[in-house]
Formats: sequence, structure tokens, C-alpha cells
Amino acid sequence: MIDLTTLTIARARKKLDAKEFSAVELTQAYLDEIKKKNKELNAYLEVYDDVLDQAKKADELIASGESHPLLGIPLAIKDVILIKGRKVSAASKILENYVASYDATVISKLKKQGVIFLGRTNTDEFAMGGSTENSAYGVTKNPYDTRRVAGGSSGGSVVAVAANLALGALGSDTGGSVREPAAFCGIVGFKPTYGRMSRHGLIAMGSSLDCIGQIAKTTEDAKIIYDAINGYDVLDSTSIKDTTYPKASLKKVIGVPWDLVNGEGVNSEVKENFKESIKKLETLGFKIKDIHIQNLDTALATYYIIMPAESSTNLARFDGVRYGLHKDGKNLLEDYKLTKGAGFGKEVRRRILIGAYVLSAGYYDAYYGKAQAVREILKKEFAKAFADVDMIATPTAPFVAWKIGEKSDPVSVYLADIFTITANMVGVPAVSIPSGFSKVEGKDLPLGIQFMAPHGGENLLFEVGKKFEEMR
Amino acid sequence: MEIKDVESLADLARIELTEEEKRGLLSDMDSILGYVKQIEEVKVEDTKPEYKVYNVWREDVAEPREFSKELITGQFPDSQDGFLKVKKIL
Repeated sequence: MIDLTTLTIARARKKLDAKEFSAVELTQAYLDEIKKKNKELNAYLEVYDDVLDQAKKADELIASGESHPLLGIPLAIKDVILIKGRKVSAASKILENYVASYDATVISKLKKQGVIFLGRTNTDEFAMGGSTENSAYGVTKNPYDTRRVAGGSSGGSVVAVAANLALGALGSDTGGSVREPAAFCGIVGFKPTYGRMSRHGLIAMGSSLDCIGQIAKTTEDAKIIYDAINGYDVLDSTSIKDTTYPKASLKKVIGVPWDLVNGEGVNSEVKENFKESIKKLETLGFKIKDIHIQNLDTALATYYIIMPAESSTNLARFDGVRYGLHKDGKNLLEDYKLTKGAGFGKEVRRRILIGAYVLSAGYYDAYYGKAQAVREILKKEFAKAFADVDMIATPTAPFVAWKIGEKSDPVSVYLADIFTITANMVGVPAVSIPSGFSKVEGKDLPLGIQFMAPHGGENLLFEVGKKFEEMR
Repeated sequence: MEIKDVESLADLARIELTEEEKRGLLSDMDSILGYVKQIEEVKVEDTKPEYKVYNVWREDVAEPREFSKELITGQFPDSQDGFLKVKKIL
């Protein structure tokens, strides 16, 4: 029996290379766990039927002496990243039977390493949400308390890793979709600098915000996945190079926007836990600096203008003409309307309509134009802050995972993103690291701390993450 | 915002809605727009968004791409002789 609970990618690598177990045995162990738990948790929308064949191939490569950090490692992939010849639905009815015609760049990089793809994981429809409650295929449940949400939108990928149904996973992060569920489920969620991961083959939501993220049990594992898939890609015009941003040097100073952390709407246990984490950082030799970032409190409102505007534009392509769901009407216009009406869920419609509204002629300047200006100010404010500090720390989310169905007003769900969206708005890398638990109704619910670094400063996050984990 | 505004937005976005869906969306839109309205208060003075737009070029040489014609055409809702077939638009 392989003990999956303590297994990490780093450890599995050693054991696979030392032939302590084979990729087939490892994969079978995950398939068994998936069989036991997935029905209740709903992390996977589909487990591929050729998983053991993939594992056999990996074993052959290992036997032939090949070694890559991810060779024979079983990973889960969020249902918004294209794998050629396999279904990708974005957890939407409109793409229910869509089969990808090419590999996303990150997928071809993983294939080169001999990764085993276990299956595609649940998400909010088109990654729009913070709880996977917006999936067209049912909610993903939190393994710490199955009455609660797992967070989202990458809830399926996060639960797959947290509940030992995969060793690691890929998610996507447009406003916190990797970090928030990682915090809710007690694992590591990493969002790189905008442009660090190729978006080629990632189903688009907000193109100026979208970033493929790494989900793992430890910072070390997140880095292994990060190392395998980052890099410039000619197929993504916003892709960055290693030389795009200057290397940051460590001053050992962490900034905390206390005015936002202490604001109303942040749960008192979250504040307490965060203060304890800050003490730990001080013991590690970091200086803590109180920072004030102008307009940080309005960043969320700004995000909920820019993101729907981009989403509504991106989603216009799903019209039932070339692929996906098709509802037949009397004419082409009716085809469009019926297809979109039947194919898009509630939250997606909301965002399409909000996007159409803020982009419409009469409101463009007041909403979209203004939001772009506020985003610009935020970028400048962050650049100013990073002149004095290496990183900025906040709680990852203002509260613990909520009960399924508890939040019916869309704005109350949006507020969960208050700490995470700024990294996407500014384009900087950020990570959520487990920081402890809060006891709620007799259950220990995980909490996370978020670190943000300047553009290109992923190395700082890996460093602080590793140190912080060692303190636990 | 009124029901007719939701209807015209849905029309622009080409989404068919039932009466009930329209009412639900109206109240959601009011709540969301009420929240994002706070950016009206932000003073931006003369901050202009700096779009760092630039062209991404590559040499004009053919690069092989792994696309599968069969996978693409196989997903057309309607086709004829390997072409995508749509309803007449004029």
C-alpha cells in the first residue's frame, strides 16, 4: 500500500526512480481513492479511461533510464485547459461534448515530461465563481466539511489534491481562482506573473487577467510543476521572457496593508490567524512594514467591471455554429439566441450582460474607461510599494469556506476575492500557503496566507513559502 | 435599470431569456452595478491608461501546427462536403 496522505511529488519522484513503486502502482492507488471518494466530493468531471496505459508508458521510460521531475506523476487538469482528443467543457452545457483539437502549450510541456493525466476537474462554469457552485455539473465539496464549498473556481483541482485524488494539479486564476480554494482546502495555490504561463489552449475568461496556476501540497511541489510549464510561447502574444522583468533582491521586508486587513467584512478568526502568521514571519527574520495602497479598497469593484467586459467579449464566440451545443431555430439569429439561452448558466449570463452594459456607448466612459484608469493607478501604487518591501502579505480570503447554497446574492460571493484580485489586476505573482485552522461547528476549517511579489518575483514566493511551511 | 434594459442587453448578447430569468437578472444587475458604482468616487485626475500595446511579429515562415482537421470538422453541427454549413444570412 502506498501512503498517499504523506506523498508529495518530490518524494514520489525519488521512490519512482528507486523502483520502490511503479507508475502503474501509484496510478492505481489514485484510481482506487478516486473510486472511493469522488462520488461524494465531485472533484473530477471525468476520469480518463486510458490512465493505466499512460502509466505503463511512463514505467517503460523510467526503465529505459529516462528521468524528468514529473515523469510518471499523476496530475489532475482543470476543465478549461485543452488536451488534444479529450473532452473539455469549461463545466458548461454549451461545451458539453466539445473535444479539444490541439494541446494547450502547458499540456504539451507536461506530456514531454511523461506526466499521467488522471482526468479533468470541476470548476465554476467558464471559471466564473469562487465556489464551484456555478458548475453545470454539480458543486465540488470541501473535504474538511462536505456541507461546505471547496472554493473556486479551481475547486475540483484543489479538492483532487487535498483529498489525495491526485499528486498535483493545474488550475486557472483570473481573480483568485487557484489561491482561494487552496486556502479553503489547506493546500498551496500558486499564481505566477501574468504572461509567465502560456495561455495558448486555456479557455479564455478575462484575457488581461487569466493565468494558469499550480496546485500542490507543498511549495516545493508547486515549484516543480511551475518549472515544467513556464516560459515564453510564440503562440501567446502576451507571453513574457525571463528578461522581461528585472531580478528582485531580497530586503527581508514584508508589507502589510493593515487598513484593508483590519477592515470590516474580514472575519475575526481570519484576522487573529493572520496576526499569528505575521509573528512567525518576524521570527524568521522578516521586518513587517505597514503599507497603504491608494484605491486598494476599490480594486474589487474595478475588477468586477473589467473582468465581465473581457468575459462578455470572449464568450461571444460560443454561438452554436462551429462546435458545442447547437439549438436549431427558424434563422441564424434564433439559432444564436436559443443556443446561448440553453447553454449558459446563471452566473455566466450575469457577467455577459454586465460586460455588455459597461461596454455600451452610454456607459463606457463611466465604467470601463474609469476602471482602466483605476487599474493604472493600482499598478503604480504597487510599484511604489515594492520599492520598499519584497512582498506584500494578506490573508488569502476574508472568511472560511461557506456552506453550500448559503450565499445567494452574487456580490456576497464576489467579496471573497477582496485580497486576491489585486495580483491579477496588477499582474504580479502570488501564492496562498496554509496558515492554520479555524474551528467552526466542530470542524477544523483551513485558512491561508497570501504573499504577493513584484513582477517576475516568483523566486521570492517559493523562498518565503518554504520557510513558512517549515515553521508549521 | 428596468426590464426593458435587461431585454435590450440580452438582445445585444444574443441570449434568449424567459420572463422569470429576466426578473432575476434585473435584481442581480442592480445589486452588482450598485456595488461597482463606488468607482465613481475614485479620483483619477488625469491618469490615462497606458496601454502597452505592441505588435508581436514572427518571420514569415511556415511552422507546423498540430491541428487535426478531422477533430475540427467532426464537431460542426452541420456540414456539407467538409464545409461548415450555416443558415442563409441574407
